[in-house]
Amino acid sequence: MSAETVENAIAKKPAEAFLSKRRKKLVSDPLVDENPITIQVLGICSALAVTTQMKPTLVMSISVIFVIVMSNLVISLMRNTIPSRVRIIVQLAVVATLVTLVSEVLKAFAYDMYKELSVFVGLIITNCIVMGRLEAFALGNKPYDSVLDGFGSALGYSWIILTVAFFRELWGSGAVFGIPIFEYVSGIFGPDFKLATNGLMVSPVGAFIILGLIIWVQRTKTGYVEH
Amino acid sequence: MDLFNLGIRSIFIDNMVFAYFLGMCSFLAVSKKVSTAIGLGAAVIFVLTVTVPVNWVLNEYVLKEGALSWVSDSLATIDLSFLRFIMFIAIIAAMVQLVEMIVEKFAPALYGALGIFLPLIAVNCAILGGSLFMAQRDYTLAESTVYGFGSGTGFCLAIVALAAIREKLKYSNVPNGLKGLGITMLLTGLMGMAFMSFMGIDL
Repeated sequence: MSAETVENAIAKKPAEAFLSKRRKKLVSDPLVDENPITIQVLGICSALAVTTQMKPTLVMSISVIFVIVMSNLVISLMRNTIPSRVRIIVQLAVVATLVTLVSEVLKAFAYDMYKELSVFVGLIITNCIVMGRLEAFALGNKPYDSVLDGFGSALGYSWIILTVAFFRELWGSGAVFGIPIFEYVSGIFGPDFKLATNGLMVSPVGAFIILGLIIWVQRTKTGYVEH
Repeated sequence: MDLFNLGIRSIFIDNMVFAYFLGMCSFLAVSKKVSTAIGLGAAVIFVLTVTVPVNWVLNEYVLKEGALSWVSDSLATIDLSFLRFIMFIAIIAAMVQLVEMIVEKFAPALYGALGIFLPLIAVNCAILGGSLFMAQRDYTLAESTVYGFGSGTGFCLAIVALAAIREKLKYSNVPNGLKGLGITMLLTGLMGMAFMSFMGIDL
């Protein structure tokens, strides 16, 4: 082995693979084992209100993914310059700016959706997942890792609220993404066969109960027990 | 009488927790004991009653479209409402800090009771939600004060009731996966159903 290749091997060692095992774990952990909603009990605040239908929920998920990833990136870039006494204010300012961006974009390109989500876009600011990830991860880690971590947490949040929305829309209005499934099924079996929708699912009560049941299933599967 | 109606509405019918899911994080986290729940509830009432009218003034005289016309006519066309989020959250954070200092100075006993909850409140969605709903619904100053107080009371009522149930729940045998958050969500659902019966009241 020549001296040059040895030197190369040493030089290459610290550079971590673009998607190393540890980094994949950053994304995959919050999906099930460390899920922000079902295990860490964060971000339930503004999530449930939009889950009566799939479409606003999807928009909400995308907005939250954007806000978490971008704020993690920004805070992680600034992490060595923020004095720890004023960090909460700095974080709130960064998050509020990003949320304002999201809300202005929605207002410009999807006005109906903006009306439907109303105050809940603004409430992403106080979504505990955003602040939680900034405090717990972005303040102490490098930008790329922070982006992956934020992306994982946001995905973990998104799949839970999309599942809640799926059941609420299906049982509450008999549709998925606005496609009337129940009517379709009744059409196959003839006019005597009618699937009834449940108004309770559209009301907030349905969201609480469905999320409670999803948490039950999910925690039984992962074996997590709260004391 | 209108104000009275609004107060009742915001406590029972448009309850922050059961109708709009606001403040769920602290609602779930701080509802293990009745005494702490009362502390947080009182702090929320206090901060909401102060911040909603203050944000109303800010919205009415600075942020709304044409709100700056009291400065000079040339500013009458300016619309700063896109700054709403960042201004409201700044006001809330500042007010919470201010309230904390005032309470510490003049009512040390109350400060001891509320102590840890006050700073937490700055990131409680019920507070920001209250201000955003106020701006969206075009309340007057009197209405927004009553609304702030009413929705705070609604939150306090909900969290104290849940804490009372959870204290009794300690003696029940709950399935492992459902312990903690799961059973609390189901309980909240059942309480929400009870609160839904207020919807029939026509005020």
